[in-house]
Amino acid sequence: MAATIAEKIFSMKCGRAVRAGDVVMAPVDAAMIHDITGPLAVRVFREMGGEHVYDPERIIMLFDHQIPADSIPAAENHVFMRQFAQEQGIHNYDLLEGVCHQVVMEKGRAAPGEIIVGTDSHTCTYGAAGAFATGIGSTDMGFVLKFGALYFRVPESLRIEVDGTFGRRVGAKDLILSLAGDIGADGATYMALEFTGGAIREMNMAGRMTCANMAIEMGAKAGIVPPDAATWAYVAARRDIEPFDLASDPDAAYAGRRQYDVTDLAPQVAVPHNVDNVVDVGDVAGTKIDQVFVGSCTNGRYEDLAEAAEVLGTADRFAAGIRVIVIPASRTEYLKALRAGLIERFVEAGALVEAPCCGPCMGGAFGLLAPGEVSLSTSNRNFRGRQGSTQASVYLASPATAAASALYGEITDPREV
Amino acid sequence: MRAWKFGNDIDTDAIIPGRFLTIYDPAELAKHAFEGTRDEFAKGAREGDVVVAGTNFGCGSSREHAPLALLGAGIRVVVAESFARIFYRNAVNTGLLPLICAEAGEIRDGDTVSVDIGGGFIAVNGKQFAVESVPGFLQTIVEAGGLVAYAKGLERVETCSTK
Repeated sequence: MAATIAEKIFSMKCGRAVRAGDVVMAPVDAAMIHDITGPLAVRVFREMGGEHVYDPERIIMLFDHQIPADSIPAAENHVFMRQFAQEQGIHNYDLLEGVCHQVVMEKGRAAPGEIIVGTDSHTCTYGAAGAFATGIGSTDMGFVLKFGALYFRVPESLRIEVDGTFGRRVGAKDLILSLAGDIGADGATYMALEFTGGAIREMNMAGRMTCANMAIEMGAKAGIVPPDAATWAYVAARRDIEPFDLASDPDAAYAGRRQYDVTDLAPQVAVPHNVDNVVDVGDVAGTKIDQVFVGSCTNGRYEDLAEAAEVLGTADRFAAGIRVIVIPASRTEYLKALRAGLIERFVEAGALVEAPCCGPCMGGAFGLLAPGEVSLSTSNRNFRGRQGSTQASVYLASPATAAASALYGEITDPREV
Repeated sequence: MRAWKFGNDIDTDAIIPGRFLTIYDPAELAKHAFEGTRDEFAKGAREGDVVVAGTNFGCGSSREHAPLALLGAGIRVVVAESFARIFYRNAVNTGLLPLICAEAGEIRDGDTVSVDIGGGFIAVNGKQFAVESVPGFLQTIVEAGGLVAYAKGLERVETCSTK
């Protein structure tokens, strides 16, 4: 019986054929916890009577949301988590490596066919590695820490077929924003998005991660890019693994199929205060902005920084009066950008380059907005109050659009710079 | 009990903003529920009040602080046209009952709502609206009083690969 890739992953894990709608208690290959939602998961684990985690080697711990500690309670959370890691024998990346989703990917902790959970909604990022990865709450994570398994409803899949070739300075972020606009903030609730087609096959891993990352912004449980040579090369460079076939059957049953062509896609912008409120950049060009943020699990990789730097070109300075915050997604990506001279260019042009962390995206640590201020951000959410005051406005766009806008102090089409 | 009416796409950042996520105590979280977007909620919500919303309630961040903040404010039931997936599950796990009601849009802010879980309906202004109870496997968790209570008695679980 034909199956989607999501159904195949659950079937592999269960050792029998399961299909969309089935509820299974599935073993979990890896579980990620961070400094915000991790402490609650640990408390729940203990309330459940947990003494030893199911397998310390399958638990990924790191701190990225409030680092270096921005408050005494945050510092206390870090201490609490460090003690738990030590007591349980869990490897803790602590605050050294960067944003959780980038770190899980670049350390090879996600691979095709795995089931991975994380106490962070953007855990779906690991679908770029061909894994079934989904965000869960802290209580579910307490259960996973104790038992190494979790209830899942095997999801229906929505097949996204993307063809064509991106125009100059248009890319993965523009595609995923346009999909959010088309599908809507709850258009894929409880489903797995399956990203296929020529434009996805041509896309590098950084772009695939950007797409899978934002599956949750359409309500999806997972966003999966079926593994191909690029996926296997990425994963095999990071862990010992032999490629195997993992793809949906041609006659698999989907909840829907949608076809897109990126050839004429314009740079996209999500306007306040919903991620599915998406327009062509031309519709909002000229909007004055106070802050630009380039970074996050969505767009903080070397490729994203290079895209922004290419638009910056040889310009002397960003626009007068604008604050530009650049945060590489990980230490590894930071070093790549540093060695390529990108960090020097950003600093010369007037950017504040911060150490790898979530930064303004989570609206708790720093880079907050005052009432009436406007931010253009490469991150994933523009909810009211997400980056500070509920009276502030956040626009979402690609690194290229962010750099172009930073040069002019207003939302700017990167193709016109 | 009083209905607190909200619109569509209420995200968990709105329910509890990111800067309060170092707090874990429901009563303390409740003091900041809907801060900046609906300040009167934290002061006015009473034990047993009901949150009523449109579609996609609880979208965005997986923060369990969101259902905890509502529980801390005395809310035991959220009625919405639809829920975001992670919030729905977090609510069940923490003992906040999410009820899907196609006619939630007919309920106005300040209406008096009574919930008959066994009967599968809510009563508002003399009308009854059907609500969808949580699906079978989650019902077990609801009946246990949340996932912690459910898990406490278990030494291990049978997974689909061992069954």
